[in-house]
Amino acid sequence: MAKLKSTFKNMFLSLFTICFVVAVLLAQVNKITAKPIAEAKAKKLENAIREVVPPFDNNPVAEAYKIPDGAGDSLTIYPAKKGDEWVGFAVTSYSNNAFGGTIQIIVGFDKDNRIVNYSVLSHAETPGLGAKVVQWFKDTSKPGQCIIGRDLSKEKLSVSKDGGNVDAITASTITSRAFLEAVNKAYAAYVNTIAGNAASGATELSKDIVPEETTKNEKDIASDTTINKNDKTTGGEEHAQ
Amino acid sequence: MRNNINVLINGIVKENPTFVLLLGMCPTLATTSSALNGMSMGLATLFVLTCSNIAISSLKNLIPDMVRIPAFIVVIAAFVTIVEMVMNAYLPALADSLGIFIPLIVVNCIVLGRAESFASKNNVISSLFDGLGIGIGFTLALTVLGALREFLGTGKIFSITVYPENYGSLIFVLAPGAFIVLGYLIAIFNKLQKKTN
Amino acid sequence: MEIIGIIIVAVFVNNIVFSQFLGICPFLGVSKKIDTAIGMSAAVTFVITLSTLVTYLIQKGILENFGLEYLQTITFILVIAALVQMVEIIIKKISPPLYQALGVYLPLITTNCIILGVAILVIQKDFNLVESIVYAISTAIGYSMALLIFSSIREQLALSKVPKAMQGVPIALLTAGILAMAFMGFSGIDQVFK
Repeated sequence: MAKLKSTFKNMFLSLFTICFVVAVLLAQVNKITAKPIAEAKAKKLENAIREVVPPFDNNPVAEAYKIPDGAGDSLTIYPAKKGDEWVGFAVTSYSNNAFGGTIQIIVGFDKDNRIVNYSVLSHAETPGLGAKVVQWFKDTSKPGQCIIGRDLSKEKLSVSKDGGNVDAITASTITSRAFLEAVNKAYAAYVNTIAGNAASGATELSKDIVPEETTKNEKDIASDTTINKNDKTTGGEEHAQ
Repeated sequence: MRNNINVLINGIVKENPTFVLLLGMCPTLATTSSALNGMSMGLATLFVLTCSNIAISSLKNLIPDMVRIPAFIVVIAAFVTIVEMVMNAYLPALADSLGIFIPLIVVNCIVLGRAESFASKNNVISSLFDGLGIGIGFTLALTVLGALREFLGTGKIFSITVYPENYGSLIFVLAPGAFIVLGYLIAIFNKLQKKTN
Repeated sequence: MEIIGIIIVAVFVNNIVFSQFLGICPFLGVSKKIDTAIGMSAAVTFVITLSTLVTYLIQKGILENFGLEYLQTITFILVIAALVQMVEIIIKKISPPLYQALGVYLPLITTNCIILGVAILVIQKDFNLVESIVYAISTAIGYSMALLIFSSIREQLALSKVPKAMQGVPIALLTAGILAMAFMGFSGIDQVFK
């Protein structure tokens, strides 16, 4: 077949056909992959929750709600329940004062104000220095730097350089400060939740769900994890549950 | 057939995109912080390159010369978007670590360069082999660079510990290390090539 | 205050060349002489500002409204290609000498990943329109600065004795590596402005 001449009609038809075919193709691939993408994101959050609270048998993502942290901000809480008893809360929290900008974490608390575990959802710290935050505060063999099992009703966390009780990451005090700030913030939200529960009874927790109102930073967490922006229906279903 | 194998080998050695043509430097430097990341980026590019080479060489007569560049770009962008969506769906962790460099395969000069200089002039089969050759050359280069940086920086290769991490020199995993390791690799490649000539 | 933070981070801390690794190909290509480096910087600055503005509006106005985010890459690259073509025609008319100097590299701006990279980054970072434009301009400033520093070093380098295998790109990459180390010193500087 001879090559098409560069007339206006040929150029237009050729480009138009290519664009059309490509658009149809992409729409199909998008249809196929939209669900797995949403599932992968939901799973990432669920795994993070599973890691930071005691074993549970409910669906914390579906029962998530927002609670003020007492400092003019609100955080998302994922209640973990076994049967009808609640066994712990996972709280997503953040700090904008880390070395590389924002750090987002999820912290789990049990019934007795103790930290069960934490997981860093996203950070932009220097590899080898601040990036150690992912593991540093979990090392149970070094009680000075480990925050797991600490009872926050007795002591607020702060780095030892500021006269506090936690050893900061070597050469990364700013990262450590920001991390502990986020943990303390999460604890404040946790305390507010407990106070709310005592007043209204644990079973009514799910009535407090405020799904759509998100602050800017919370929106980042939400879009990273639960709600897939590409597929509004999936997000809607989750909230409808 | 022999000709096609020559085309394949040509892409891996003589016209190695990273060490000889010096194309596609951005992903080369940015995604090679570990051997696995480098290899994944190489494979993603390999896929896009092969598909776009095949598509463009089979469509070459239907695309008028004056609009060929935009047409090529649309075809390439389509394959890149497919890779992006599939990775997000089935390999989310990898998609996170490669980040913005997956959509940026679109502007990788290697892909457009091969479309323009090879696929638009040759038949489908040779274009397929050219895509594979260049793609494999790119993947190899990225894997070697990633492995070296990972080894020097953290004492591991493909996450398997070779020597204790504390003896590693972190700078090789960070930005400066990318430039320095690649600089030395190209110098070594130059030296070897001159010897064989 | 946030705006100042964005500028400092984009120009120094996360310098587009030395820490984000975007736009390396033209960076190595045009940095042999200071003159071409300046021309390239000007072209990139102009295109990047314009294209970020246009792609941002398209993303918010069309793609997100109709749930077509998956067409982002393809739309952005087409818009950028068209814009570059326009800039090329305009420069050809206004300043033929500049066009002569940049002739080869202007079409390459399309495949300069900085332009597409910044367009995608501002969407990922959830910037508003003003922040996006500020980010685009400061990124371009960071790029221009990197190009200027680098090209002046390379002009000197051309006169010095370099081992044969290291000549050209290898030594340039090593230089860039050392510069990148210098730029690492800026990390955390934005904390001061909080």
